[in-house]
Amino acid sequence: MKNEMTLTFSAISENEGFARNAVAAFCAVLDPTVDQINDIKTAVSEAVTNAIVHAYPNPSEDDLVTVRTSLSDDTVHIVVSDNGIGIDDIEHAMQPFFTTKPEQERSGMGFTVMESFTDKLEVERNEPTGTVVSMTKTIRGGADWKHKKH
Amino acid sequence: MRIEHQRKSDELRVKLLGELDESCSNYVRAAIDNLVDDGGIKRLVIDMSELSFMDSTGIGVLIGRYKRLKPRGIPILLLAPNPTVDRVLGLSGIYDIMPKAV
Repeated sequence: MKNEMTLTFSAISENEGFARNAVAAFCAVLDPTVDQINDIKTAVSEAVTNAIVHAYPNPSEDDLVTVRTSLSDDTVHIVVSDNGIGIDDIEHAMQPFFTTKPEQERSGMGFTVMESFTDKLEVERNEPTGTVVSMTKTIRGGADWKHKKH
Repeated sequence: MRIEHQRKSDELRVKLLGELDESCSNYVRAAIDNLVDDGGIKRLVIDMSELSFMDSTGIGVLIGRYKRLKPRGIPILLLAPNPTVDRVLGLSGIYDIMPKAV
């Protein structure tokens, strides 16, 4: 059985903590270890921060970020999407230390951290505009959510 | 995010408490810069023992401080990051320029 949650919130940095902690709380049913929860929080924070910092260069109150989280058996699937300007060259943007904003002291490590802290990372264009970041992580050793529920 | 500091002779120890992300990065930058600019220090130790969360925004903050202090010959040392923060730091290679304090 699948369990899903969707959050949509204003693209402002004050919501980063809310987003990562909400996703972590939703995943708690899988009984993850502290390290696994911290991995998820870090990966979500990176994806949400990217959307907030880069997707909307001319911020307005209508700018939104959506985080959709689904649990299936022992796997967490997280999709972070925006409707901003998108990324011209996704492959290039995913290289370690690549940043379009070095003057703002950006490390360019966001995608590298997401890749390292999850099992699978995919970055695609959103339609009609924006970016979709999909991350998958298996909670090995966690409680068997499917059997606990039935 | 909260910041505490302690001066011991020519060493400044700055303790980060809470979660470091984009929402508080400007505050952390300004707070550390102001403390350092008070003058007379020869070493900056950033105590991460109470830093419960940090994403790569924190890497940018640290590298920014490094670029600012290197011309003044002031080294930065990182003290006691938790395992997840340690992984983020390790991924960036930052320990090559900012070693762990012991």
